[in-house]
Amino acid sequence: MATGLSATTPLVEARGLTKRFAPPARLTDMFRKERPHTHAVNKVDLTISRGESIGLLGESGCGKTTTGRLLLKLIEPSAGDILFDGTAVAGLAGPSLIDFRKRAQLVFQNPFDALNPRFTIERALAEPLVNTGVERATHRDRVEKALSQVRLPPLARFEGLFPHQLSGGQLQRIVLARALVLEPDFIVADEPVSMLDVSVRAGVLNVMREVRASLGLAALYISHDLALVRYVCSRTLVMYLGRIVEEGPTEDLLKSPLHPYTRALMKAVPVPRVDQSRDPLPIIGNVSDARGQPKGCSFRDRCPLAIARCADDEPALRSVAPGRRVACHLV
Amino acid sequence: MANVQMPAQSLPAGQGGNAFVAGLRRILRDPFSVAALVIYVLLVLVAIFADQLMTHDPTQIQFRANGRVATNQPVSEAFLLGTTNLGRDIYSQLIAGSRNALMVGVTAAISVAALGTLVGLLSGYFGGRIDAFLMRLADVALAIPFLPFVIVLSGFFRANTWNVVIAVALLLWPNTARVIRSQVLTVKERAYVEAARVTGASDLRILFVHVAPNILPLTFLYGSVAIGWAILTEAAVSFVGFGDPSRISWGFMLQDAFVSQALSRGSWNWFLPPGICIIMVVIAGFFLARGAEEVLFPKLRS
Ligand SMILES: Nc1ncnc2c1ncn2[C@@H]1O[C@H](COP(=O)(O)OP(=O)(O)OP(=O)(O)O)[C@@H](O)[C@H]1O
Ligand code: SF4
Ligand SMILES: [Mg+2]
Repeated sequence: MATGLSATTPLVEARGLTKRFAPPARLTDMFRKERPHTHAVNKVDLTISRGESIGLLGESGCGKTTTGRLLLKLIEPSAGDILFDGTAVAGLAGPSLIDFRKRAQLVFQNPFDALNPRFTIERALAEPLVNTGVERATHRDRVEKALSQVRLPPLARFEGLFPHQLSGGQLQRIVLARALVLEPDFIVADEPVSMLDVSVRAGVLNVMREVRASLGLAALYISHDLALVRYVCSRTLVMYLGRIVEEGPTEDLLKSPLHPYTRALMKAVPVPRVDQSRDPLPIIGNVSDARGQPKGCSFRDRCPLAIARCADDEPALRSVAPGRRVACHLV
Repeated sequence: MANVQMPAQSLPAGQGGNAFVAGLRRILRDPFSVAALVIYVLLVLVAIFADQLMTHDPTQIQFRANGRVATNQPVSEAFLLGTTNLGRDIYSQLIAGSRNALMVGVTAAISVAALGTLVGLLSGYFGGRIDAFLMRLADVALAIPFLPFVIVLSGFFRANTWNVVIAVALLLWPNTARVIRSQVLTVKERAYVEAARVTGASDLRILFVHVAPNILPLTFLYGSVAIGWAILTEAAVSFVGFGDPSRISWGFMLQDAFVSQALSRGSWNWFLPPGICIIMVVIAGFFLARGAEEVLFPKLRS
């Protein structure tokens, strides 16, 4: 892949990104012409610049993980394009896909599941280098470097250890190190601390923040957690039922949320702190499912401010102030 | 927020903690599994040292000192289990039969395990049309009745021990394939498989390096079940007279005893030994599978 068409090309750019999932086949559906698909991600536009860290915020099931997996070409979009450093990701295959894999990495939500139980820590950390054909002689140095970046002791301390012998906090740093060993430009961190003990979350987040800043990595942090986003992200996107409903610099967005959904999210956690355990949101009702293609605003069933127009017109994501975009008829 | 430095002592001392070893230890505490292991070890030893253990040529007609054919001899020092109605040494036949049993059992087990595992891996991992095709094939194979199929095979080819092995492999792989497939479906959703993909592993590498090793124990389980089935089938086929006539097997001995009216003459020394051998080896196969199951799924233990 050609690097950097120009310094101003965004590193990651998604346009009209859409992912529909077919529902599980049922016998009764045989007689129906069209089965309702889940619109997990719906016409999402986003750009991430080099070295920028942005947050993707939203309740469970709103399509955050799916967005991350699309950006990393782990699943194929139903519609829309993704450009990575100016190159369309959809067409990547063979060596160009391997180059992309070296540059875009993933940090997993559940560190207890993200490492092959039959691989030693050492083998797990070298595996990405093996997969991408990095010269074997350099493996040990690169693994040591990644371990020191995540503030873990040298490889010798992990001699012969398997994942089940480490704690969650250590495992998550190993997972981060495994991503860093490829020296990527971009990482997606999907709920990177939500499965960890509250007591070790701050430590892991700290390491991620430092590593990101010192290496100049671009990052997409996926979370339901306002505190995390506030702590590590300069810009934040708020997602609801597959759509981006609000976007802005994190501090502005948290200080003066504009979209009714963002405001509801904010009420849930008055003083965001990372080491807080998560409660369900106090918004009335549940996330209605993203099946079918409903008309109007996707939030209208739960919106306290909904007006007649909301049922018919889908609000577009409009710029309302420098750097701030909102999808709501009332803003 | 302070940086959390990992305390040095929080890492356990370097030792390859191995669940497999723990499982083996558990097997050795289970009397049934131990009995099964002893039976198999004996079978293997007897098969290896058969030439040394046999006192006579099992196919040769034996003669008494007076020059007459040694027919229907009782148990004696010269003929440890007596002789058949045509004067062959039963003990030596029994020893020779162990070779056949081991060969049939092991080759059938390997074929079933290999075929079933491969199909299960491909089917579960790739899904879609490959999966649909292979699983329909499995349905077809499962619908074929066992013994008639072997007999038809024996009719097409010469009566041959390999017919049994082929039939067991062709008809038993679907059970293995289905279980392996469903296990693949679970394993492939694990995050470490996605991790392999995102770090650049190819499909084949994911399938054989990341998925297969986490499923392999099941292969052994189904392989050990197939040993018992194969030996039992071979005995049944030989008993109904479709076995390989040039090869001495326990099933052949039973058939020989049966058609020679050994039962009505009460020649227990002729029909009991091969019967007991078959039962022991088949039961050992199932006990071994049970033991393997407990290693694989320790939660089944109460
Ligand atoms: N492979 C799939 N097949 C079918 N539906 C899927 C699949 N993956 C996700 N979905 C559906 O897409 C929607 C969005 O899922 P996604 O996992 O992206 O949400 P999320 O925002 O990451 O939620 P969470 O916070 O619970 O992780 C959900 O309704 C989910 O059921
Ligand atoms: S468009 Fe209407 S329903 Fe949607 S958030 Fe705005 S006010 Fe609520
Ligand atoms: Mg998710």
